[in-house]
Amino acid sequence: MTEQRIVTDVVVIGAGPVGLFAIFELGLLGLKTHLIDILDKPGGQCAELYPEKPIYDIPGLPVVTGGELVERLLTQAKPFDPVFHLGHMAEKMDKLDDGKWLLTTDQGLELEAPVIVIAAGGGSFVPKKPPIPGIDAYEGSAVFYAVRKMETFRGRHLLIAGGGDSALDWTINLQPVAASVTLVHRRPEFRAAPDSVEKMHALAEAGKIKFKVAQIAGLEGESDRLTGVRLKSPEAGEWTEPCDTLLPFYGLTMKLGPIADFGLDLHENLIPVDTEKFETSVPRIFAIGDINSYPGKLKLILSGFHEAALMAHQAFHYVHPDKKLRFQYTTSSSELQQRLKVA
Amino acid sequence: MKVLATDREGGRHELSFEEGDTLMEVLTSEDLGIRAECGGCCACATCHVYVASPWLERLPAQSEDEEAMLDTAFEVARGSRLSCQISMTAELDGMAVTVAPDWD
Repeated sequence: MTEQRIVTDVVVIGAGPVGLFAIFELGLLGLKTHLIDILDKPGGQCAELYPEKPIYDIPGLPVVTGGELVERLLTQAKPFDPVFHLGHMAEKMDKLDDGKWLLTTDQGLELEAPVIVIAAGGGSFVPKKPPIPGIDAYEGSAVFYAVRKMETFRGRHLLIAGGGDSALDWTINLQPVAASVTLVHRRPEFRAAPDSVEKMHALAEAGKIKFKVAQIAGLEGESDRLTGVRLKSPEAGEWTEPCDTLLPFYGLTMKLGPIADFGLDLHENLIPVDTEKFETSVPRIFAIGDINSYPGKLKLILSGFHEAALMAHQAFHYVHPDKKLRFQYTTSSSELQQRLKVA
Repeated sequence: MKVLATDREGGRHELSFEEGDTLMEVLTSEDLGIRAECGGCCACATCHVYVASPWLERLPAQSEDEEAMLDTAFEVARGSRLSCQISMTAELDGMAVTVAPDWD
């Protein structure tokens, strides 16, 4: 599973707006960046939560949507050839004998660098787990929050819950594989591709799946074996829908995740840093953007940009302890302009 | 002007507000366990509350966005609203709300 170990100057955890701008600031100083992100696309919250929503407080951009901002930051970072490892979660951080860090992802990817920058915002995006009593006991055997292999569900009696694209797509795709599929959603309307909604209704009319307007009230079963899901609705009351597998698709939420176990000081799920370098309690590990805390911190994208610039200057000294760093402007420095590939 | 909020453990909180605050801003002025992950742009459903009558009836109708976002909440019931979408007015003085269950 482990690929060849990647050796680079800086590893950034989190490809949100602040992580993307960090590529730029590090790149100006000649530092090479690899980024990891649990999502399958760069942009973090801007891409996942509000790609269409206008943002009004980015300096110089009176109005820009989350999606556009990400595009612009990617364009700005492009001259520095960042390498993205998407769909990876930072799992483990080990200190090497030469003072460098070795970061391992949940996919077994290993990255070695003298500097790690945590730009993880509100944490990793992970599936929302419904607060149903006893659900933990079934996880991995009868309750799944994602479909990795369709074959896992062959011959199973599925109950799929949710009203978005994931719930509908998996209802449609797993129907031929599963023994039975019941889709449960709290209302008749869906926030999903109209085409999928139509396909689902056609399957229901043909009797190939069941669609129930209801919410989950509880689970029935023994040890890790699920026998049914209790459903409820204001009209029909409460009843049990027999099934052996539950797939809840209620969107994503943010969790700090394994970063909490990296050995850094934490304060209310945030990482305290100094305000000169934005370094954590552990040397060579920085935290920028929404995930850090310091007196007067404002959770604004623009604060993260400032933090990225100051972080980069300290990171330079860790990567090149013998070199002197000259402060330069992009307007006048031919060296910076060469790095930007404009000169 | 005040909002009377009940947290998930049944604790009561009296929170003051000014006209134009969003209910989410009022509720997060104390730690009631509301995450409000997206910061109030109707993109996450982590500020889900139940608004009691008669205040519920005084609220403007839900937008389609809010209704759709509630699809990713749990235990949606009569009175379910995303507090970031409620703009406070004098008419809502004394409003009683209960914080909805959170995701694990």
